Amino acid sequence: MDWYPLLNSLRTAGLSCAIVFFLGISCAYYAARLPRAAKGALDVVLTLPMVLPPTVCGYCLLLLFGARRPLGLLLDQAGIRFVMTWQGGVLAASVVAFPLMYRTARGAFESFDETLAQAGQTLGLSNTFIFWRVRLPACRRGIAAGAVLAFARALGEYGATSMLAGYIPGRTATISTTVYQLWRSGDEAGAFRWVLVDAAISAAVLLAAELLEGRRKAVRG
Amino acid sequence: MSLYVDIEKRLGDFRLRARFETQGGTLGLLGASGCGKSMTLKCIAGVERPDRGAIVLDGEPLFDSEKKIDLPPRKRGVGCLFQDSALFPNMTVGQNILCGLHREKDKAKRAAELNGTIKLCRLEGLEGLRPHQLSGGQRQRAALARILVSRPRVLLLDEPFSALDAHLRDKLQLEVRELLAGFGRDAVLVTHSRDEVYHMCRSIAVMDRGRLLAVRETKALFADPGSVCACELTGCKNVAPARKAGEYEAEVPFWGITLQTAQPVGDGLKAVGIRAHYFNPRTQHNRFPVEPLGEMEEPFEWIVEFRWKGQAPDAPPLWWRTPKDRRPARSPAELGVAPANVLLLYE
Repeated sequence: MDWYPLLNSLRTAGLSCAIVFFLGISCAYYAARLPRAAKGALDVVLTLPMVLPPTVCGYCLLLLFGARRPLGLLLDQAGIRFVMTWQGGVLAASVVAFPLMYRTARGAFESFDETLAQAGQTLGLSNTFIFWRVRLPACRRGIAAGAVLAFARALGEYGATSMLAGYIPGRTATISTTVYQLWRSGDEAGAFRWVLVDAAISAAVLLAAELLEGRRKAVRG
Repeated sequence: MSLYVDIEKRLGDFRLRARFETQGGTLGLLGASGCGKSMTLKCIAGVERPDRGAIVLDGEPLFDSEKKIDLPPRKRGVGCLFQDSALFPNMTVGQNILCGLHREKDKAKRAAELNGTIKLCRLEGLEGLRPHQLSGGQRQRAALARILVSRPRVLLLDEPFSALDAHLRDKLQLEVRELLAGFGRDAVLVTHSRDEVYHMCRSIAVMDRGRLLAVRETKALFADPGSVCACELTGCKNVAPARKAGEYEAEVPFWGITLQTAQPVGDGLKAVGIRAHYFNPRTQHNRFPVEPLGEMEEPFEWIVEFRWKGQAPDAPPLWWRTPKDRRPARSPAELGVAPANVLLLYE
């Protein structure tokens, strides 16, 4: 059995989860401080990938990064290609998983007690210190939940990935695209094997999240 | 060494205007909830920005709308003790206090300061605990320790005792008063509790719907509040509109009586107040027939609700408080009040 789809899926999910983690937290942090109207507008734009069909996201990404599009051409000259590459898979998964991280983190930031930040400021602490040592730890539950959701979503991503990265065995194949291709070519047994692998990973991720939560509770007593 | 504040801020329909100067010791800002007293503290701390005005600490402007000065909170040297302590929940008591010492780079000095403060604020043995493992009083002491080590130039206390049980509250007030005396700098205490300001503050400024009335010496304010708002905030239960009837006479139409006063009555008299403790069945002054309405027993006092015989039907009943050992056996038919105990209120 060729294990490439598993490795590529884990790589894609891991990388996009990391990208989305930092991007989602920074967007959420700034969005939470915006006035109501601006926040609403930003919300619509940033949450769109979650409600749009993934194929539409993939289509939009092709419009942006396609080989004959201005941005695509520019990146091509720099040696960066997103169409039919595993990097394209990471991009597609990141775009689709981003709203999950952004929305959960923003909810956490909005329920943060600003008095803590004000207390820190009056003690002379820098905003950087307050962000990393007070705000993030206080919101860690929501942020961890967002990261788990984003990872799971990236792992299961199919629509946008298949349009941008396609299915090239050994190059862009992920578990979800492999299951589809094997099933389509009549290899039911092969498809089912990958279904089991995918179920195992998903269960492991959810179990890890559960354990993390349990340990946190034990520590707090 | 003083804090001078003269600010204005508009929040929708609400207009905040505060002008005062600390005069050594602790200044109390006494006001009902929503009167703008916490907002005033936030402006001094720098976490809210006034629309206009100036805030000057020890001669150095922290905020000046005309000179376009607005120091960020971390450069103001203003310590803030909040109602819910605002200790960082993810850190231990020791780590929280060290946050106040972040400017001290020398490790040995930092440890010495930490230990000194822990002793001073009686937190021995609690250094390794997290805020949620402490009692309310310990939390406030830890928060105060964290502020004191950062050596603020002035201390702001925002309702620091109101989240505590009654017996803890009195104990903590004594402890905080002692710590403030040792701290040796001015402090501003915001509260709605007359007991707290009476315990803690040498002078008081009353805040009435966004407007700060003049700073008064504490005992003088309680003896002669001068305004309806100050009278009610200092705990006077019986207030009614009144007008001048003579040199030493005030007519109270709601109560259907005219009271003799010790102070000469001014032309602008708006209302009179009589504290519930000051009624006396034995005095011959200002003595009028009453109808008792109801009674409420407290551990050491009786509260008697009553109306004057000639009282207007829609006027609220009055309260008389009397210690149990001085309560007459039968409900008195008449109550009086000494002329010196009739409070004259002009705004």
